[in-house]
Amino acid sequence: MSKRSTEVLVGLFVLLGIAALVFLALRAANLSSFNGADTYTLTAKFDNIGGLKVRSPVRSAGVVVGRVTSIALDPKSYQGVAKLDIDKSVQFPTDSSARILTSGLLGDQYIGLEAGGEEKMFAPGDTIKSTQSAVVLESLISQFLFNKAADAGGPTAPAANAPPAPSGAKK
Amino acid sequence: MEWIAALGRFALDILRALGHHAAFFFELLRTLPVSLRRPYFAVAQVHALGNLSLLVILSSGLAVGFVLALQTYYALATYGAADSVGLVVNLSLVRELGPVVTALLFAGRAGTSLTAEIGLMKAGEQLSAMELMAVDPKSRVLAPRFIGGIIAMPLLALLFSAIGILGAYVVAVLLIGLDPGNFWSIMESGVDVRRDLGNGIIKSIVFGVICSFVAVYQGFEAKATPEGVARATTRTVVISSLTVLAMDFVLTALMFSTR
Repeated sequence: MSKRSTEVLVGLFVLLGIAALVFLALRAANLSSFNGADTYTLTAKFDNIGGLKVRSPVRSAGVVVGRVTSIALDPKSYQGVAKLDIDKSVQFPTDSSARILTSGLLGDQYIGLEAGGEEKMFAPGDTIKSTQSAVVLESLISQFLFNKAADAGGPTAPAANAPPAPSGAKK
Repeated sequence: MEWIAALGRFALDILRALGHHAAFFFELLRTLPVSLRRPYFAVAQVHALGNLSLLVILSSGLAVGFVLALQTYYALATYGAADSVGLVVNLSLVRELGPVVTALLFAGRAGTSLTAEIGLMKAGEQLSAMELMAVDPKSRVLAPRFIGGIIAMPLLALLFSAIGILGAYVVAVLLIGLDPGNFWSIMESGVDVRRDLGNGIIKSIVFGVICSFVAVYQGFEAKATPEGVARATTRTVVISSLTVLAMDFVLTALMFSTR
């Protein structure tokens, strides 16, 4: 085989490899959505961060506008501190609120930002004041059972130790 | 007493082999600049090792993608998570299967041909003839093949992963009928370019160095007989496969341990 055609074939091979890299990076990984774009940092404190992880998305109205970059425990208030990287092109009023939500019933948790009505916008490094913690499924279930038991035992009886209500009386 | 001496001899043999490999490796690195001055030799080797391995790499990648998608679909569908098929296939291909299976195929397809070629050159006394003409066989014969393998291997691994994902797309979306939007978006949000893809590429480069070095070393150190060349070729496959698998475990533990 001549030198020239070998070089052409190798060039094609390298191009094919680069095309595979581009495909993997853009189509099959998250390079296209928001990586290396300009961001600013906000902080949010939660009583309970639930299953939130580093790199969990931050969404506003369902649209991904940023990611969680670090999670730590505040040693004074014993609250979970999440640092959020938000896309520079999106500004939020200073009375916006952050909630920890779950996508689907058992899906990944993410932070939902709800814009407020204030004129002033968050500056980089600000802390989001109004936050709502993650809903912990166990406490939700125990609360539900507690209420059920309270209903069954009548309004005065304490939940768990209440003697079973006479079932005939209600029916 | 005798068995203590045997043990000592065994340990010394291992050390000697290790030292010989290391010396050979640095000798090879020393000759790299010389061979880079005439890049066509390396380009021709990329053709021999890369282009000609394309068929086996691409068809294996496609088959692995098909099978992986089917099996993960069966398992995930019982948990109602069938949409994550793409993510599972992508992560396993990019992190593990792409580099490792490509390296195993590369050792079988390209490594053996390197060893046999160099071994036969030695058996035919071509290497000695070169030395007589004051041409260093290491920089003229071994180094271009070494570089060619290191260039070809990561490209092949990338192609393997890419075609595997396309294969998974064919099975999951076109045959089973999952939603294509979910297939791509779940994959996209779960795979990190630096952490997953980047580490996979680093792995494939390391495996490229291992496979090419073992092949070149075995060829050069082969006994100059038909039987010697045959043995060296077998050893190339065995040693590079085992080294790749062991290194893969070490690299995975280093790369993906911390969250």
